[in-house]
Amino acid sequence: MSGKGNIVYPYIPNSVPDVRRAMLDELGFESEEDIYKEIPDRLRFKGEMKLPAPIHSEARLQRHVEKILAKNENVKDNISFLGGGTWNHYVPALCDTIGGRDEILTSYVGEAFTDHGKFQILFESTSMLGDLTGFEACNTPTYDWPNAVAITSRMAARTTGRKEILVSENIGPERKVINENYCKPDLKIVEVKYDFENRCLDLADLKSKVSDNTALIYFESPSYLGFLETQGAEIVEIAHAKGALVAVGVDPTSLGILEAPGDYGADYAVGELQPLGVHMQCGGGLGGFIATKDEEKFVAEYPSLLFGVLPTVKEGEYGFGQVAFERTSYGSREKGKDFIGTCAALHGMIAAVYLALMGPGGMKDLGSTIMQRMAYAKAELAKVPGVKLYDGYNFKEFVVNFDDFGKSVAEVNKALLKKKIFGGIDLTKSFPELGNSALYCVTEMLSKEDIDDLVVALNEMC
Amino acid sequence: MAKKIGVIVNPVAGIGGRVGLKGSDGEAILAKALALGAKPECPNKAVVAISQFKDFQDEPLEIYTYPKEMGEDEMRAAGLTPIVIGEIDSGHTTPDDTVRAAKDLLALGVELILFAGGDGTARNVLDAVGEEIAVLGVPGGCKIHSAVYAINPKTAGKLVLEFLLGKVQDLKESEVMDIDEDAFREGVLRARLYGYMRVPNEKKMVQNLKSGRGYGEEAALDLVARYIAFNLEEDVLYVMGPGSTVRGVMNKLELPNTLLGVDLVYNNKVIANDVNEKGILDVLAQYDKARIIITVIGGQGYLFGRGNQQLSPAVIREVGLDNIKVIATKNKMFSLFAQPLLVDTGDESLNEELSGYARVTVGYGESVMFKVNA
Amino acid sequence: MSKPYVRTNFHEARWDEPMIYELSTPGTRGILVPEVEDEIVDAVGDVAAALPDSLKRSAPLLLPEVDQKHVLAHYIHLTQETMGSNLSNDLSEGTCTMKYNPRLSEAMSMNPDFAEIHPEQDDSTVQGTLEIFYKFEQIMKEVSGMDRFSFQPGGGNHAVYCASSVMRAYHASRKDDKRDTIITTIFSHPCDAAAPCTAGYNVVTLYPDEQGIPDYEGLKKAVAEIGDHLAGFFMTNPEDIGIYNPNIDKFVELVHSVGGLCYYDQANANAFLGVVRAREAGVDMCHFNVHKTFGTPHGGEGPANGAFGCREFLSKFLPVPTIEFDGEKYFRDYDRPDSFGKVRGYIGTAGVILRAYSWTMMHGAEGLRMCANISVLNNNYLEKMLLSIKGLGEAFLGNGITRQEQCRYTWEELKNDTGVGTDDINKRVGDFGIPWYWASHHPWVIPEPMTLEPCETYSKCDLEEYYLSLKLVAEEAYDNPEVVLSAPHRQASHDLANPEDLDDPEKWATTWRAFLRKHGDKYLKVK
Repeated sequence: MSGKGNIVYPYIPNSVPDVRRAMLDELGFESEEDIYKEIPDRLRFKGEMKLPAPIHSEARLQRHVEKILAKNENVKDNISFLGGGTWNHYVPALCDTIGGRDEILTSYVGEAFTDHGKFQILFESTSMLGDLTGFEACNTPTYDWPNAVAITSRMAARTTGRKEILVSENIGPERKVINENYCKPDLKIVEVKYDFENRCLDLADLKSKVSDNTALIYFESPSYLGFLETQGAEIVEIAHAKGALVAVGVDPTSLGILEAPGDYGADYAVGELQPLGVHMQCGGGLGGFIATKDEEKFVAEYPSLLFGVLPTVKEGEYGFGQVAFERTSYGSREKGKDFIGTCAALHGMIAAVYLALMGPGGMKDLGSTIMQRMAYAKAELAKVPGVKLYDGYNFKEFVVNFDDFGKSVAEVNKALLKKKIFGGIDLTKSFPELGNSALYCVTEMLSKEDIDDLVVALNEMC
Repeated sequence: MAKKIGVIVNPVAGIGGRVGLKGSDGEAILAKALALGAKPECPNKAVVAISQFKDFQDEPLEIYTYPKEMGEDEMRAAGLTPIVIGEIDSGHTTPDDTVRAAKDLLALGVELILFAGGDGTARNVLDAVGEEIAVLGVPGGCKIHSAVYAINPKTAGKLVLEFLLGKVQDLKESEVMDIDEDAFREGVLRARLYGYMRVPNEKKMVQNLKSGRGYGEEAALDLVARYIAFNLEEDVLYVMGPGSTVRGVMNKLELPNTLLGVDLVYNNKVIANDVNEKGILDVLAQYDKARIIITVIGGQGYLFGRGNQQLSPAVIREVGLDNIKVIATKNKMFSLFAQPLLVDTGDESLNEELSGYARVTVGYGESVMFKVNA
Repeated sequence: MSKPYVRTNFHEARWDEPMIYELSTPGTRGILVPEVEDEIVDAVGDVAAALPDSLKRSAPLLLPEVDQKHVLAHYIHLTQETMGSNLSNDLSEGTCTMKYNPRLSEAMSMNPDFAEIHPEQDDSTVQGTLEIFYKFEQIMKEVSGMDRFSFQPGGGNHAVYCASSVMRAYHASRKDDKRDTIITTIFSHPCDAAAPCTAGYNVVTLYPDEQGIPDYEGLKKAVAEIGDHLAGFFMTNPEDIGIYNPNIDKFVELVHSVGGLCYYDQANANAFLGVVRAREAGVDMCHFNVHKTFGTPHGGEGPANGAFGCREFLSKFLPVPTIEFDGEKYFRDYDRPDSFGKVRGYIGTAGVILRAYSWTMMHGAEGLRMCANISVLNNNYLEKMLLSIKGLGEAFLGNGITRQEQCRYTWEELKNDTGVGTDDINKRVGDFGIPWYWASHHPWVIPEPMTLEPCETYSKCDLEEYYLSLKLVAEEAYDNPEVVLSAPHRQASHDLANPEDLDDPEKWATTWRAFLRKHGDKYLKVK
């Protein structure tokens, strides 16, 4: 048994005293202080770090961490109607199997010879995302969907040489704030009105704002509030007539049944990887994608890594490398070229496994079942006294208004929580114009019974 | 279709070096060198470079060269079969032969000329081909101030090979410089910038994934030029020094300019092109505020005193030391890593004042602090 | 003690794997989606079919159709064609701190009480996750001496970007809007220039002096020239060449004297846990690459985490939400009017924080210090062996400065002697089971570079194996360069036949669809 001061750490092989001593002797060092002598005394930390007492054994450490985690309530033991950027979808066991393999989990930058597999999985991932969105170029993951929007804003600004980004006013609140920060200081963001009555972008307002300065128009379908944009093709037409580009934020789980942005003429599709087989992890499961047209003027502006396939010197072998490594700069858009870094490659790889398992049939079934469950939930909730629903075409998410319910959304959610139901996202701060409303989300994970439980709970409340 | 390249060897380049003579230009010097027992070094270096071509087997390669010691002999020594053109008086080659050879090769439509020699040889090639085709020098002479040479003969051969294989496609404008040899032998160093030629720019084909993308030489130059052009101040007289980076700024401003001369610009208009020292001083006297924009010249990194002698101590002092802006491409500055920039204005005290640090603009809003030595 | 050997008979898995699309048989299913209950169908019908045509997918979805066993086999094959650090001698990736990533952390991250949590849940239902965040923040504060942390940035570069945003908010709050320039050093991580540049700042880069230490005189000149336009100074210390800048406090003082902020990129912090801290250096902000220093997997390039720390006077500008504790419960605080906003969704990469918390709790203060000690010891032990290899040198060799946790080596001599350079060596080491090494960040100011970081994970035997493997390859370069130049031989794949096509818009392909359109069936494995 090791005592204090001479613990042998299982993750630090050379902490074995004899080994450490032999290495120091080989170097002629008394201790590591002979190395740290390069740091002037005045810069040294003199104290002891006051950290919690260590828990050296895995057995005790596991117990310690599990005890803390047990304070969480999860969506398996509860019924969750939460969405809005992270969604509770089924994670196939195979996604966990592959995503947990040490070979890729603990890989990093590498190169295509020794890390051939990682390159191919990511290539397959971008290929399948391209298929979903209707584009032939796609990048390796960004941090998340909001960052994908932000990067696309800058990409479009560089491609067009313009400085104005038009965004629909009802995009996701986090996407809005992250994009605004990323576009500083040189890009100007202008919001386009959303016509809530008609559940679509206000085209008159769009026309009045789009100009020769417009680099990009960004809207979402489904929108943050769950509505499908019915005028996608018209928006593209208006934008292109002014030389502006169009990016559409999409939910990849909808694209088995919904029109792909590439097929109605958009220039980019952006979205979130998390619903494609990644656990929610309180928002830790994010990863973004940006798909675009396979034309140099679009592809050259990606800041992210682009993995491409080509034949190797060995007949019949696929090899990989980075496409457009030295990217050309178009026009005077140098300021604000983006940084790249470690983002969310693992989530991109997991998405590949997910999409390969699902195939076209699975994605179609997924889209259909979500729409049916959602429609059922809307219909049942509409029957609850004081609860108002909005008609229109939705996917996965929809607004529920409690103005006439006699309770605030916060109160409703608090009461639901007692019945182990996570009510929808409270919209009273982010969308005050909707009054006392919440954003409800229904995925394939919710059964008829779960939905009925919600309805019963609400009925009991009023 | 076969790939075509040309080879030119200056057989007497470098011959003066070993016997303490500085350069071999001029028949008198050459005779003196040979009398002192000098042995030609350049041909051997050329053989080392040419030998690398043996690895090119993908498609037919036609190598054109001049007879005997001007390339034919070296090719055969390297175990390759040349296509020999032109005529020479063997044993008595002159700079004119180099010029003629380069012109003949250009006319034949070769993709690249590999030449072995020194600064004089580079000047001869420059006279013949300018920036029309790619060239690369094998360092064989005893004076190498020009930046058109590879580091050593082997690297030169390898770089040409990669160029042929399409692995290196980018070309960079590189300085051809030479000193006045008469003055040099008198102990006075006067280097001039004679022009630019385009040499293959070795880039890493093996990609450096984590560091993200880089820019080709052309794009890099474009970024610097754009930044400077965009940020020129009004009501300031700009003294634009020689060199291709400064030319890039002038081109961005769409102003007529001289590559090797000094041009004067005021409020986006050219006041004068190719002005000498006196001309600059005369104009300076008429303006309140002036700035000098210069680039780093030559492989050794001179700011003043090489290739821009028009910017004399008087001019520099008149403009003011705080009003000098240095620009260069990133590649240029990285190639000078761990090597200070140099100033040699001919005025010792001014050199001292210019020493210390210079902020060199190397990209769009990007600059580096670089050490300057007298 | 275990004895080292070179894996001369190594061969990486090579499954000759087709693309997933080539395994497709129409009608095949890999997994089924929950069927809709009859009552729901009866109530709502086929909702998707009732959509207007303009909203319905018009083109066929061309995803592959593969049964589950073959999806599994395909991806297992591909993982086997990848060299993760847990299974290889990955001291190769210098600057990346490739530590052992404990399986325990992975097991705990799959706990439904962690994995199946929605970020919009009420604070009362995520007390566990918030507690982990809060406690890890307390640990980070102690390790760095900073006053507050945010774990929102998704990686090191992202933390630098976050710092740029905080810096902008700080200067704006003082109505000091001239400050448009930052200073960094050439051997700092390139993101210390690139991220502020993205945020709109001009960048001035310092070169090192003859010793390889950032040039203080150069800084003086830069500061004098930039004056009140100086927004801040961003530097890595020790820099990527493994040399500690002993003048950092002087740098900080000078930058502060003209009103700039100082940022300490601690990507290379592993060598200094408990030895030096950001606070003692006097800086205002810093970050840790949590995925490097605190033992979490790199995920093949993420998810990662860039823990951003700052002093109290900057904390009001931090991204929202911060994680707070009121003595009874943990909560997310969005009510921070001076916050610059956000850089990433929600509270950050929770999986990385969970693993890092667990790893740190296992080690404690004493264990962290042990990591530091062993990492610098390992590095010096490896350096001594490697410098005996003919053809290998290091940056600023012989400057008398003891390297800390990593070294930047140079194969310049080997290249001059044999024509074999660092890229060639790098393609060959994989034949002996050594992962691709990190040459250098761009630009390669040190010729033919190789950057190795043998952190505490690597045993004495690993270091010796690494040395023997490199020695063998260097000897090959002298004796039989062709075998090196024609590598890879025993790796998962070979050189591209025409790598330049990756730069050709007519030939490149980032998706399978583009590949088929541009090349037809010319290169298909299965024709």
